Formats: sequence, structure tokens, C-alpha cells
Amino acid sequence: MDRHLLSAGDLSRDDAASVLDTAEEMRALADRPIKKLPTLRGRTVVNLFFEDSTRTRISFEVAAKRLSADTINFTAKGSSLSKGESLKDTALTLQAIGADAVVVRHHDSGAPHRLAHAGWIDGSVVNAGDGTHEHPTQALLDAFTMRRHLGDLKGRRIVIVGDVLHSRVARSNALLLSTLGAEVTLVGPPTLLPVGVESWPVEIRYELDQALAKCDAVMMLRVQKERMNASYFPSAREYARRYGLDARRMALLPEHAVVLHPGPMNRGMEITADVADAARSLIVEQVTNGVAIRMAVLYLLLSGAPVPSSATAGEFGPESPPESAETRHQSDPTAEEVAS
Amino acid sequence: MTDSYLIRGARPLGGDPTDLLLRDGRVVEIGPGLSAADATVVDADGLIALPGLVDLHTHLREPGREDAETVATGAAAAALGGFTAVHAMANTDPVADTAGVVEQVWNLGREAGRCDVHPVGAVTVGLHGERLAELGAMADSTARVRVFSDDGKCVSDAVLMRRALEYVKAFDGVVAQHAQEPRLTEGAQMNEGELSGVLGLRGWPAVAEEAIIARDVLLAGHVGSRLHVCHLSTAGSVEIVRWAKQKGWDVTAEVTPHHLLLTDELATTYDPIYKVNPPLRTAADVEAVRAGLADGTIDAVATDHAPHPVEDKECEWAAAAFGMLGLETALSIAQHTMVDTGRLGWADLADRMSVRPARIGRVEGQGRPLATGEPANLVLYDPSTTRVVDATESASLSRNTPYAGRELPGRVVATFLRGRPTVLDGKTA
Repeated sequence: MDRHLLSAGDLSRDDAASVLDTAEEMRALADRPIKKLPTLRGRTVVNLFFEDSTRTRISFEVAAKRLSADTINFTAKGSSLSKGESLKDTALTLQAIGADAVVVRHHDSGAPHRLAHAGWIDGSVVNAGDGTHEHPTQALLDAFTMRRHLGDLKGRRIVIVGDVLHSRVARSNALLLSTLGAEVTLVGPPTLLPVGVESWPVEIRYELDQALAKCDAVMMLRVQKERMNASYFPSAREYARRYGLDARRMALLPEHAVVLHPGPMNRGMEITADVADAARSLIVEQVTNGVAIRMAVLYLLLSGAPVPSSATAGEFGPESPPESAETRHQSDPTAEEVAS
Repeated sequence: MTDSYLIRGARPLGGDPTDLLLRDGRVVEIGPGLSAADATVVDADGLIALPGLVDLHTHLREPGREDAETVATGAAAAALGGFTAVHAMANTDPVADTAGVVEQVWNLGREAGRCDVHPVGAVTVGLHGERLAELGAMADSTARVRVFSDDGKCVSDAVLMRRALEYVKAFDGVVAQHAQEPRLTEGAQMNEGELSGVLGLRGWPAVAEEAIIARDVLLAGHVGSRLHVCHLSTAGSVEIVRWAKQKGWDVTAEVTPHHLLLTDELATTYDPIYKVNPPLRTAADVEAVRAGLADGTIDAVATDHAPHPVEDKECEWAAAAFGMLGLETALSIAQHTMVDTGRLGWADLADRMSVRPARIGRVEGQGRPLATGEPANLVLYDPSTTRVVDATESASLSRNTPYAGRELPGRVVATFLRGRPTVLDGKTA
């Protein structure tokens, strides 16, 4: 894996598998009474959030804390960011503080890329959602969640529905799922599909019903309020009718198919309440899995090695720095729990 | 000290080596083996002599943004690039929409003395696109404005554009349109195509440029006026201009050096040094504008030199300013993309970078043949050398060149403005 995680497209099949496998180990931790590992003790993870976000920021914060990293939250409100400090000056400040990893959420596409490549900081950069570009950890947690229910995603049919044009979740999912061998279909009104989408490794449909019959998972995208007044579609009602997932459409799904949504949902718009709360809806589980995925990503970026799948209880502990190649080889982040 | 220069061994328009004697602001003699005891000798062995370049499209930022560029620094950069005349765009602060402002810019240019600075007048008051600025007053001022443009903004109102085209006929003016349909480009960041969708940057579709050009050529044809299309960037735009010229309408067009060379692929770096308006387009568009410049559909290379302070480029893509430097690299890019590829000879290049732009701007004494009796505006250029662009060496106050670290062919050795060197030995004289 690269030093940064900026795009789901940067992950090879092996990289992605390594994150998902590591997350599986991290996930097991969530069921234990003491949920903390010493792995990143002494490391500093900065959550740099230029845009409001509750679940992603909390998810990353919990993930870093469970790995014993020191965490610092920089959010747009109540910090120098709200005083108009530039991205560069913020980055230089974080560099001076000694940030080992910067988790960045930004309203502009490419801001994490700038942070990683402009030469302002040495630490790892994790893209926690940039503009209408990408949200790679969301795609990883979606894949992780689907894999737990469907098994290997190779050959699985995944339907992603809605505002693809403005969705960083859709971009990252399309890239990651096709890397993992899934067959992705994007469904939405032509106004909400980007120019050039035909060159993506996906199938495109403008009509939802037919896509549902053979799919293994359907992922509904959030439709933001501001799209409604910009003529992307005539009305919220018509959108819900043509592209919303309701009980009738859910009945078209095969028995085993699951429903996902990256949240926050507009109940009644892209998804009805009965579907959101149905047994096959994995929306709450996605949040739980998000923590495991972010632990895996931070672990792999900062300790620099995948967890060998054959690893059993090792000697991993506070005295064994994760940088050591030997330790890395036999380390298992879940092998030892440390009281907080 | 004399005001006479004897240029030895230069090749006018790339032809056979000869000598040129400049005296009292004019070329007084051309031929091999000239001698003049009182003249300063300039060894131009192997150098190409071209008429001084004329830029139809430069942003000098003064008044208002003297932190980015001044008329003096911009004119110095122009001279180093081989230019003897530039047109300073109107989007200053205050906007160049009155006789007072254009005369100020004109005077600043005269004081700098590095090249002729011809102010462009705004078409509408404050560039707001609502009512005509006092075009006649600017035309009649000492600045003698002939080119009018709201560059940076499009005169999108069809009636206003029609009136402007008609009105400037009274003083042989031309409206230079920044063709950008505003509603189709709200918040636009880069060329709309495969890459904008992948990068999540809002697209600036080719149709937003082409729709305005199509409308404007029809208007120009209808009212029999002169239209100039600024920084045309798409294959479709070339086709429309070609069609308009075939109709016999008085339509001219320019292309920038960066649209002759760079493509939207560069946006994948998210480095706003490549953010420009109109945006960098596809390789197919680059091919089309090169072909258009070669066959004369596109009349001129114009730099759209757009200086910006460092902080306006060292930031997120969407937060960054549009524009890039161009004056000091234009001739090298033109050589690289047009001459070295065999599409244009040196005489043709002189036509596109000096003769035709001077004619479009109605600039007297510029874009003239290298002949006895003509004003001594010329550039000596060495096409056989290469250089690596170093942004910190620019005479501009700004550093936003997209070519930093790139190896480019050619070097301007000397520039003469009415017989006096503004550049000698590649340095400001």
C-alpha cells in the first residue's frame, strides 16, 4: 500500500484484500470487553475536517483511539480554519506539531491530493471525503460489509442508485468494487450521471426496476436538497417514484440481496422508512464496520505492513515498535489487549 | 553613445543571413557586408530576425493588483519574450472602462518604455454586462483604444453584444469576446469530459464556448462588424470560425500558447498551476487548434499572460485563481508546437505573432515587414538552443508559469523597440 490513501483506484486487488482482512481482525476486537490495542502508541493522528461530518469524523477518532494513537481534531468551526487560514499554513502547522497521519475531509475535490503531494507535510494523508471526488474508506467499509454477508465479491452484482454526479461514495465504490471483481451497475437520471461515465468500469442504466431483479446488493445514494432546485430532476416526488427504494422495489430483490446507504439518509426520498429499517438493510452495521476499516487503514499506513492472514497470537505489544520488520512479520494487532 | 545599431548576420524570417542597420528608430539599410562606423555592432550570427511580436491579450494587473504585476514589470517580461507591443486587458481595479483609466495605463506603458502598451477598453461598465462603457471616449483618448473586451467575463447578452459590435464600427474598433456561456459554466473548474467526471471537478463544456462563438459570428455577419474571438480552445470553435471566414465575415481568432501545448490530463495533479480559463482541453482539441493556426483559421497567438500571487495558486484547485504566465515563453512554445513540427515556417509564425495581431488591433508601426524605411521593431531569436524554464528568473512579479522545470527550445537574444534595444544578450537592456 502507498503511503497515502487518496483514491480507491490507488488500491490494487491485494492492497484492498489486505485492508479487508485486517479489518476483519479489527472487527473481532469490537466484540471484546476491552477494545484497545497498543499498536499506534506514541503516534499522532490529526482529523482535519473542513466540512461538517459526524459519522466519519467520530469513526476515525474512535479508530485512532482504539489503536492508542494520540488524536487531535481540527474542525472548520472554532479553529484557525474558520479564520481563513490557508490549506498550506494549516499543513505546515500540522507538520510542525509532528502529525504522523492526517485524515482530511474537504469540500474541494483534490484537497487531500494537494496535501499529500505539495511537499508541505511528511505524514500519511487519508482522504475522508473530498468534494465530489472520492471517499475511499467509505467504499472499503461498504465492500467489507457486503463481503461479510455475500462472501467473495467476485462476480457479485452491485447496483448503485442516485446522484452519481456529485457522489464521492459512488466514485470510490465503482473503482474499488471493480478492482474486487464485482459487476457494478450505476442507475440514475441522465442528469445525475457525469459526462464520460461510459468510460468507467461499470454498466449504466436509467431505469431501476430491471436492475434490481438479479442484484446481490443495492446501494442508495443520498440526494442533497440543493439538487432539487437546480433542474436535475423535476421534483422530489418524481425522483422518489423513479429512483427511490420502497417496499415494492425491495420485493423485486432476490432473497439474499442486501441494502446499503452511506448516510445520512433522506427517509422518504431515496429510501422509504420501511426499507431503511428492514432486516436486509445493513445501514447500521455499515457504521460499526466503518470503525474497523479505519483502524485497518491507519494501522496499515502507519505500521507499514499487512497482517499475515496466517498470523495467530503473536508477541505484539507495547515494547515491540511496529516499524521493526521482524515484529511486523509476525505481528497480529488483535493478539494482545491492553488495558486503557 | 549612438542610437545606431548594426545587426550582423541575422536571418530575416529564417532566410539568408544579412546585415541590418537601425538608425533613428528605423531600419535604414539591409544587405550583406554593411558598415557604419558610428553604430553599435550586434553579432547575430545564426539568429533569426522577426518583426517585434504583438500580443493581443495580456493582463498587466495595474491599476489594482500591483502585487501580481505592474505595467513596468509586465512590459519587461514582454520585451524578454520578444514583444514590442502588448494589449493590456481591461479587468483591472478600477476597470478600464473610462478614458481616464485607459490613459493612465497608456502613460504607465510610455514611462516603462519596454514595449508599447495598448490598453483594451471594457465593453460594458465595470464588466457587469449591463450597459455599454463609453467606448467612443476611450477610442478618442490619447490611448486610442481600438480593441474592446470584457475579458474574464463574456458579453452574454445578445442585444448588448450586437450593439457593441455595431457601435465600434464608428472608429474601426473590434470587440474581442471571451466566449463563455455563463449558465453552462457556473462553478466550472476544468474541461468537461472523461477526466472531470473521474476527478470530481465541475466541468467547463466545449459547448459553452462554441455556442457563444456561433452566436457572435452570426451577429457579426448580420451587422457587418469586426469580431475577434479570444483564446479559442476547442476543435468545434475552430470549425465555427472556419465556417464564418468562408462566409466572408470579418471574424478573427486567437489561440494561447498553453492551448497549443498542454492538455486536461494535467488536472490529475490537482495542481492549480494548470487551472486556466478557458480550461486546458483534450489532445484532439490541441491538434485542432494547431491545424487551425497552421491554415490561418486562427489568426494569432496571444498569450493571455495572467499573473497571480503565489498564495492564489498554492491552495486547493477550486480555491485557486484562473490563469498562467505566458509572455516570456510564448515564442518558444510556438516554435516547439508549430515550427519544429513543420506546420509553420518562420515567415508564417511572424504573420501569426506580429503582422496579423497588429492589424487586428489597428496598431500602427508594428507588425511591419523587415524592410528599409520601416520602424525598427524586431526580435533576434536563437532557435537552436534549449533552456529549462526557471520560474524564479521571470521578470514578471508572479511565478505562475506552468512550464517550470520544462525544457523548451529557443531563446530571445535581443528585442528592439523603434531602434532601441529593450533586450540585449537575453537580458533587459
